[in-house]
Amino acid sequence: MQYALLIYESPEDFARRSTDQSDEPYIGAWRTYYRSMVDAGVYAGGQVLDIPETGTTVLHAGGKRQIQDGPYANTKEQLGGLVLIELPSLDAALEWASRCPAAVNGAVEVRPLAPGVQLRVVSPCADS
Amino acid sequence: MRTVDPVQRAVESIARESYGRLVAYLSSRTRDPAAAEDALGDALLAALATWPRNGIPTNPQGWLLTAARNRLTDHARQRLVRAQSAPTLQIILDEVDRGEDRDVLPDQRLNLMLVCAHPAIDPDMHTPLMLQAVLGLDAAAIGRAFLVSPQAMGQRLVRAKTKIRQARIAFEIPDASLLQQRLSAVLSAIYAAYGDGWEDAAGADAHRVGLADEAVWLARVLRELLPDEPEVHGLLALMLHCEARRPARRDADGRYVPLADQDCRRWRPSLIAEAEQELAAAAPGSRVSRVGRFQLEAAIQSVHAERSRSGRTDWAAIAVFYDRLAFLTRAVGAEVGRAAAHAEMEGATAGLRLLDEIDPAGASAYQPYWAVRAHLLGRSGLEAAAAAVTAYDRAIELTADEAVRGFLLERRNAVPLSKDRLSK
Repeated sequence: MQYALLIYESPEDFARRSTDQSDEPYIGAWRTYYRSMVDAGVYAGGQVLDIPETGTTVLHAGGKRQIQDGPYANTKEQLGGLVLIELPSLDAALEWASRCPAAVNGAVEVRPLAPGVQLRVVSPCADS
Repeated sequence: MRTVDPVQRAVESIARESYGRLVAYLSSRTRDPAAAEDALGDALLAALATWPRNGIPTNPQGWLLTAARNRLTDHARQRLVRAQSAPTLQIILDEVDRGEDRDVLPDQRLNLMLVCAHPAIDPDMHTPLMLQAVLGLDAAAIGRAFLVSPQAMGQRLVRAKTKIRQARIAFEIPDASLLQQRLSAVLSAIYAAYGDGWEDAAGADAHRVGLADEAVWLARVLRELLPDEPEVHGLLALMLHCEARRPARRDADGRYVPLADQDCRRWRPSLIAEAEQELAAAAPGSRVSRVGRFQLEAAIQSVHAERSRSGRTDWAAIAVFYDRLAFLTRAVGAEVGRAAAHAEMEGATAGLRLLDEIDPAGASAYQPYWAVRAHLLGRSGLEAAAAAVTAYDRAIELTADEAVRGFLLERRNAVPLSKDRLSK
């Protein structure tokens, strides 16, 4: 069973990214965390997002396309990345989530991947 | 009127005895309590159809389990056709292939209760889920107790069970350290089913009808499963003490009788004896156990019960227990009880001082706070009379129970106001 850890980071933690990374404890904690997931054989993928200020939001209001500067959710903590882990139960996933460095100042949402839904590229010529 | 035939009675009695066990067993395999309940429901219907013809089987529980399991397998096959839920099917098929000994059904109701009160589930749904999954109560009955429409309760139950299945909440008993935490959620959920608030001298309101019998039943099951957990005994003792006093809580005319005025000859001695037994089992002399919330609450009720023997109430003992309870829980109910107990010992002024220390955020809409406050102000002489009336008004406003409201109104009107104040 795959779970996504949605990493919500505090502004302070986002700010730590721009510091000299070699001796930043937060970055170090992430490296250790990542390594322990790989070593335990539960890591199934993940990506880090750039800081929220680089986001641009598109929405259709009243049939008209609108483009706004910034992330969609207007919250203090913002989505900073996601990790996919392979584990037998929610309880095991919560255990890993609680060890995530971002959970200290931010929050980690654990969400199972939707069962049996796979995105496929359908060739437009397939039916003809 | 239709007469209930013996087969139907047998099915009902087996259902009552085995329902939670079978749901727990089936859902701990599939992690899907909703599917287990549906399958068991179908199996019970099949029993009603088959047993009158073929007779009641020698192992009715095993019969129901097999029927429910077959039903689950069928459903899982259908789901597999729709390319979903392959792991569930595999588990069920493995299970069927192994052909386990059906006479010995492992009791996994604790696992099920822990799932119902899992931190990933909305706390408001812990009790309804437990009542449904372990006891088989329907959404309408649960909704009635929680003052929610059957439809709304039904939808919430479906949502919660979907989460249990989709997020794959583990049906495992956690390690000892985590178990304490998880168990306390189970105990709170059972106590919430009981529905009674805090009892105090001035007339606290029971906000909900409560499912007292169901709550006691769940606590008895839990005690069977965890005989060494002091708080489980404490919870059962607490509820049994409250149950013992039920007949004395209303007089012949249906009027509310506060604890202090209850005729203890109307208390039920057998329940008090059982409660005392539980409380003793919670704290065996040899072992130093951390005394928890429910043991303290049960101990307070035990002191009250002692009045039936000694003719008096040992308020000093009650105050000590409330001090510890308030320190332990920081709950507004405990703080209010503490104030009432100290008032009995040291006078109304001491009680009022403790009430004033309570955070208004938790107290302002808490009926017992205003009931106790009004009661103590009413005992504080003429200068406090106007404030007493105001506090009674607030308590009455917050009271849902008709009998309690009548009692408070009577007390309010008995507050001695001086003439010139009345005319204002």
